Amino acid sequence: MEKLVKTVMGMQSIDDVQQALAAQNYVCERSLATAIFLALKLQRPLFLEGEAGVGKTEIAKVLSSLLDRPLIRLQCYEGLDVNTAVYEWNYTQQMLQIRLLEAAGHVNVDQARHELFSPDFLLKRPLLRAIDYADGKPPVLLIDELDRADEEFEAFLLEVLSDFQVTIPELGTIKAPVPPVVIITSNRTREIHDALKRRCLYHWIDYPDFDKEYGIVLAKVPQAPATLARQVVAFVQELRREELYKLPGVAETLDWITALVALDQEALTEQVVNDTLGTLLKYRDDIQHTQGAAMRQILQRLPGLV
Amino acid sequence: MVQNGMLQANDATPTGQLLRNCVLFGRMLRAIGIEITPTQMVDLVDSLRYVNIGNRQDFKNSARTVLISKREHLPLFDQAFDLFWQARGQNTLLEMDLGQLLQQQQEPQKMEVYRRSPLDDPGKQPPPEEEPEEERVMTYSDQEILRQKDFARLDAEEMAAVRRMMLKTQWQLEPRRTRRTVRTAQGELIDLRRTIRQNLRHGGELLRLAHKERKLKRRPVVLLCDISGSMERYSRVLLQFIYVVTSRLDRVESFVFSTRLTRITRQLRRRNIDDALREASAVVHDWAGGTRIGEAIKIFNYEWARRVLNQGAIVMIISDGWDRGDIALLEREMDRLHRSCHRLIWLNPLLGAADYQPLVRGIKAALPHIDNFLPVHNLASLEQLADLLAEQ
Repeated sequence: MEKLVKTVMGMQSIDDVQQALAAQNYVCERSLATAIFLALKLQRPLFLEGEAGVGKTEIAKVLSSLLDRPLIRLQCYEGLDVNTAVYEWNYTQQMLQIRLLEAAGHVNVDQARHELFSPDFLLKRPLLRAIDYADGKPPVLLIDELDRADEEFEAFLLEVLSDFQVTIPELGTIKAPVPPVVIITSNRTREIHDALKRRCLYHWIDYPDFDKEYGIVLAKVPQAPATLARQVVAFVQELRREELYKLPGVAETLDWITALVALDQEALTEQVVNDTLGTLLKYRDDIQHTQGAAMRQILQRLPGLV
Repeated sequence: MVQNGMLQANDATPTGQLLRNCVLFGRMLRAIGIEITPTQMVDLVDSLRYVNIGNRQDFKNSARTVLISKREHLPLFDQAFDLFWQARGQNTLLEMDLGQLLQQQQEPQKMEVYRRSPLDDPGKQPPPEEEPEEERVMTYSDQEILRQKDFARLDAEEMAAVRRMMLKTQWQLEPRRTRRTVRTAQGELIDLRRTIRQNLRHGGELLRLAHKERKLKRRPVVLLCDISGSMERYSRVLLQFIYVVTSRLDRVESFVFSTRLTRITRQLRRRNIDDALREASAVVHDWAGGTRIGEAIKIFNYEWARRVLNQGAIVMIISDGWDRGDIALLEREMDRLHRSCHRLIWLNPLLGAADYQPLVRGIKAALPHIDNFLPVHNLASLEQLADLLAEQ
């Protein structure tokens, strides 16, 4: 695959974005390309919401490779705090330094404080790294699954995202010369506060339709036989109409077809689906629901099945 | 430098007419209940510099990504956009359609934007003073009798007294240790950052340790109340109880169900108890209907559980367990619910009867999956519940 590097400046239209993404094997509809294009141009964070496995996180990765900028990822979880998200002082180093100063025999309190709380002893965490980047290339910052973090972190993030600056009491304020490209994702397990979402451009990613999903499968698993790919996508599309606890996402479709290709399958049969359903459905109830009659019905409706 | 190169077909800044339309459109969105900040409006105008507005679809996508920040608003936006740009230039038509759109919006349906006005009946507002505060003097034994009296047998006056007493009950919920920390004088963890800073005073020798400990946070609560026909005698009082819990504690989600599940959290957040109860009643369409507990819990599991059961929630189901639906389904969904919350409590008003036996099919199916099975038929039982919730 040819590697295509673009600059933000170089992307002049929505078409450019869509093509550049396609060159990176990311198939997306025009509305998403528009959102990405505007996020780059208006220098706003892009807030992506959607069910798990529809390719939210992937966008950040693709953008990073497309723009040839480093990807900085912050995986959110409950209790995520400033020490893990922004910066932390390197305590062991600091203590060692104190010993060294003592050994040298002159501990001047003011001077020691100055020395100990200098950038040398600072451990930069993702948010600070995204703002205080050294090599002049603003990175792509991925804040993944923000819905997993708690409200306290959200409030803090709001501050960072509005000015792209961080204040460290001992060092002062650090501001990004050019804001990083920020992608925030949420699986919507809880509602993110309005104030935060309003600072961002918002896009809801839905499950793809047949054509788009087929396109994704072809792009990502080119070695898959065409018939199989069509059947797999049609099967998954039908499955999403069933009443399941957790519907399969695109990521699951890709897992499934990869598994089928590895098993040298040319077409779907009941036996094969039965054996590999675990790549697609992750809840026992859902698997039980699907096995048997429901599955046979879907299989009968598939194209090109003899 | 390449600044000009970025501009497209519309090389100039947006023209006056377009600007005006954008502003009008923003106003229209606000009118149908979608809040738009000035920054968002500026962004919209800004985005016009980059997007070819000759392409309606692109313009629509841009406006959507800039102005909308909630999934629920997406269909509304699409409708509003199409209406607006069709009606440009014909002011009267626009106003008319806007009116239609507003009306649609107010029909009770899934979208939860602005649902207030039709319910407020200015004609018969209840008197402003919430409760006559003189508080009839009740002797201890009066209160004791009331505490023990079954909710189903209260007369109007007793009902009011019960409500007052309910409002006084203190709700303290067993907290959960979060992964966040707070500074303390004595704590189990050492706050290294503060330790080093403070000890610089002594030339860096670590003489005193600074401590921190895990922060405690109240668990979220989810209430699911049965309002089917068999529960009718209790529904009114129980709704009051739910109001008290919802309004006194934050992070409470409340739902009622008989044949379907209705979320009433937002309605109960009103300050005035009468307003809150009136609004909550207005959004429920199946008062005293049949019961399909399994069905209702399934809907909860599928549509709400992932959104409201985070962070170790406590779930309380209030029902007598008379289920006319699928028992196997009830059992399956109770099991799922039990696995996805911290504690599952079933409150049953019938449990108050001395000779009660859990023979009802629904209860039988649910019993293996619940942590506590408690009565909820009088004030004393509510106090018992409050005690249970407070203990660690």
